[in-house]
Amino acid sequence: MELAAIVKAMGLEVRAGSERLNAEVRGGYVGDLLSDVMANSSEGDLWVTRQIHQNIIAVASLKEHAGIVLVQGSEPTKDTLEKAVAEGIPLLVSPFSCFETAGRIYNMIATKGEESLGAR
Amino acid sequence: MQANAKPLYEDSFAVEGGNFDNAGRVSSNIKSILKKMGLSSDVVRRAALVAYESEINIVSYSRGGLIHLRVGSDRVLIEAVDEGQGIADIELAMQKGYSTATEKIREMGFGAGMGLYNIKSFSDYFQITSEVGRGTCLKMIISISDAAGA
Repeated sequence: MELAAIVKAMGLEVRAGSERLNAEVRGGYVGDLLSDVMANSSEGDLWVTRQIHQNIIAVASLKEHAGIVLVQGSEPTKDTLEKAVAEGIPLLVSPFSCFETAGRIYNMIATKGEESLGAR
Repeated sequence: MQANAKPLYEDSFAVEGGNFDNAGRVSSNIKSILKKMGLSSDVVRRAALVAYESEINIVSYSRGGLIHLRVGSDRVLIEAVDEGQGIADIELAMQKGYSTATEKIREMGFGAGMGLYNIKSFSDYFQITSEVGRGTCLKMIISISDAAGA
């Protein structure tokens, strides 16, 4: 489903990459260990994390994620924000806990696009 | 690719030790080069991963190093050579979950002890040599095969 629909439904704050909210979210991944995210997430995933430092942008860019969701109202650092703007990576802030953020996103994707979560 | 065949692409990229601000830049560069060459998304994805983990290792554990990229008709070769502390027990370092990362590195989500393990599992050929006090050299090959598809 379109990232913009998730942003709207969950009331996510858009901190960067507003020009790419039309990206297709094909799935999601939750992780704070960058090697885990590098190895196991997929292109088009919406990445949910509590990491706020600038290295998350390189990971999201390399993996071609649809965007990054920072949980529990965590704000990105200044460097992170600048890198996200430069790379055009949607950087979103969720007011919810990691568990609730992931659960809500999962529900939305699962009900909208069955094919995107099934065959991974 | 014969050993002496002319590569389709060859270049070396410097990686600064200890500088996390730019960590990922070289692997990002390598990824876009491979993508532009029209390699399959599977090859690009695996090459980007091994390049990224190698780059993070150089940043985390060495004074600096070089990542060498050589693309042939049937393979992508990535070599990561650093000057640094080296690895005393390679077998231990290869184990998933084993890491000598500092607290500062771990706080950023690195140092999960997955880097070398991931490099090995995502490459078709992997060789590691290291000398304590001198540095470490990683050699990784991702095979380009038409059968592998996208």
